[in-house]
Amino acid sequence: MDLFLQQILTGIANGAIYACLALAVVMIYQAIDHFNFAQGEMAMFSTYICWAMIAGGLPYWVAFFATIIISFIGGLAIERIIFKPLHSAPVLSHIVVFIGLVAIFNSTAGAIWDHNIKTFPSPFPEGSFGGLIGLHEVGMFFVTLFLLLAIFCFFRFTRVGMAMQAAAANPASAGLVGIRVGWMLALGWGLAAAIGAVAGMMIAPIVFLEPNMMLGILLYGFAAAIVGGISSPGGAVAGGFLVGIIENLAGTYIPAIGSELKLTVALVLIVTVLLFKPNGLFGKTIVTRV
Amino acid sequence: MATDVETRVDPRLTVGARIPFKWVTLFVIIGAVLPFFLEGYATFQGTLIMIYAIAILGLNLLTGFNGQFSLGHSAFYAVGAYTAAILVYHLDWPVYVTIPFGGIVCFIAGFLFGLPALRLEGLYLALATFALGVSVPQILKSSHLEGLTGGVQGLDIFRPKVPAFLSENFGITMDQWWYMIAFVTMLFMFWIAWNLINSRTGRAMMAIRDNPIAARSMGVNASLYKSLTFGVSAFYTGIAGALAAIVIEFVAPDSFTFQLSILLFIGMVVGGTGSIWGAIFGGFFILSVPNYAEEISTGLSYAIFGVILILVIYVMPSGFAGLVNVLKMRVKKMF
Repeated sequence: MDLFLQQILTGIANGAIYACLALAVVMIYQAIDHFNFAQGEMAMFSTYICWAMIAGGLPYWVAFFATIIISFIGGLAIERIIFKPLHSAPVLSHIVVFIGLVAIFNSTAGAIWDHNIKTFPSPFPEGSFGGLIGLHEVGMFFVTLFLLLAIFCFFRFTRVGMAMQAAAANPASAGLVGIRVGWMLALGWGLAAAIGAVAGMMIAPIVFLEPNMMLGILLYGFAAAIVGGISSPGGAVAGGFLVGIIENLAGTYIPAIGSELKLTVALVLIVTVLLFKPNGLFGKTIVTRV
Repeated sequence: MATDVETRVDPRLTVGARIPFKWVTLFVIIGAVLPFFLEGYATFQGTLIMIYAIAILGLNLLTGFNGQFSLGHSAFYAVGAYTAAILVYHLDWPVYVTIPFGGIVCFIAGFLFGLPALRLEGLYLALATFALGVSVPQILKSSHLEGLTGGVQGLDIFRPKVPAFLSENFGITMDQWWYMIAFVTMLFMFWIAWNLINSRTGRAMMAIRDNPIAARSMGVNASLYKSLTFGVSAFYTGIAGALAAIVIEFVAPDSFTFQLSILLFIGMVVGGTGSIWGAIFGGFFILSVPNYAEEISTGLSYAIFGVILILVIYVMPSGFAGLVNVLKMRVKKMF
């Protein structure tokens, strides 16, 4: 029973990270109707920036918040500089640019900070909570929860948040009532980059820092977004926790999977959900008009 | 009235475009003569370019002509390579037979993966294939398959020697022999692709790409064509994978990571999405750029790829093949 409880708790903690990334993916999806395949690499790059600042002598939390701000500005800049001219370009162009970004971030991180695996400090004390779950995992969970709450409040109770929702739901009408739709998109990118950065900095102490660290995690982030429903931010968060728990339970209790086929679990999850419930558990059905 | 309409039809639509024999002959001659003027290593690189070209053409059939996206073609490349390697290593099959066999296994795998993928439009498909590409190296390393795949270590295989009468009478080297095999395979695959595109099937594929709803209402069986195209695309990539495994004489899971998918994707976009011969340039591009990039700065080759990729989308979205077409038009206008 202890093992079961422990796996559930670890699953929830990992799920928190997947929820973060899924949220970032959903934010960009809502803004531009595309999955950002570069989300993971952007988060990885942010984490490296934070690592460099800490290595340079800054205290953890200063580096943490500085990284969030830098990532926000970086995300904003990517949208303004690279994606704005491609606004009405076909899907292929967007995917190409995402792939280009993946290559650029991955390779640049490797060139600047080399490919050696680095340890990343955790802001939380060592030790565990009742012998079941590490304190870092607990801290990670609460950071995510706080982040989700902050985002919820931002969208619900601020003018900018409402304007962003309007711009995503109906760009033409939003433009007519005076919302600067282009800048709302850029803001969405900035927020997504910042959320991704938090996810990266929280998971880095567990998976260690290296240029390819986010590839598998991004896959889980996508799985979470798909399971929860790509059109629903709340669903994506729920999906994140669900995927985290499924991943851990499958790894523990299905001997054929173990720890070495965990990525396959994500593949199977994605394909299954897309086949049987393409809009996810909490998503809305979208009808195309001929 | 009816005949009146028919006479106005563009002949290319009813007969199909003609192969530009002048250019193809020139290309075949240059390609066939080249290995006798190149050094061994350059010949080997040429072989790899052609192998990449086959894989890129496969991806292009899917994306450029059928409008489906795949970020997981490294998986099919891996399946082709491992099929050939396992057949040679464990069952001692003759090496030459394993090449088409790798393609056929991939066709089945691609068709089966294409079936569920049918329900997935554009981006969802890209996502599902992304998941496939990311998880395949892990599956290959898995301890359950270790007896078959050799696990992390991979498998060593040995390619057969040059037939005796060629090596003794003409002094053909190993590199030249396998260059020729890759060259002939590539020509054959390109010829098939050309015929496929300029057929009823090809037009159906392109109709689905351009307007799926209209294609369906014209009676095109969209689901069948889409999964078949997926299968054919995987077939091409599988042939390329099998050839690569034999030419390199080694397969290992880490040769088939997500980066390989990115590489093939880059080759397709740079060569020209929706162009058959652009694939050759794409293959040349992805093989040669890392060599030059390493001279500028080690480890930055993918960053350079990324920058070029984004630039291509801005200035020549139809790739190298599109650029050549534009230049041809300009030159024609001048005279």
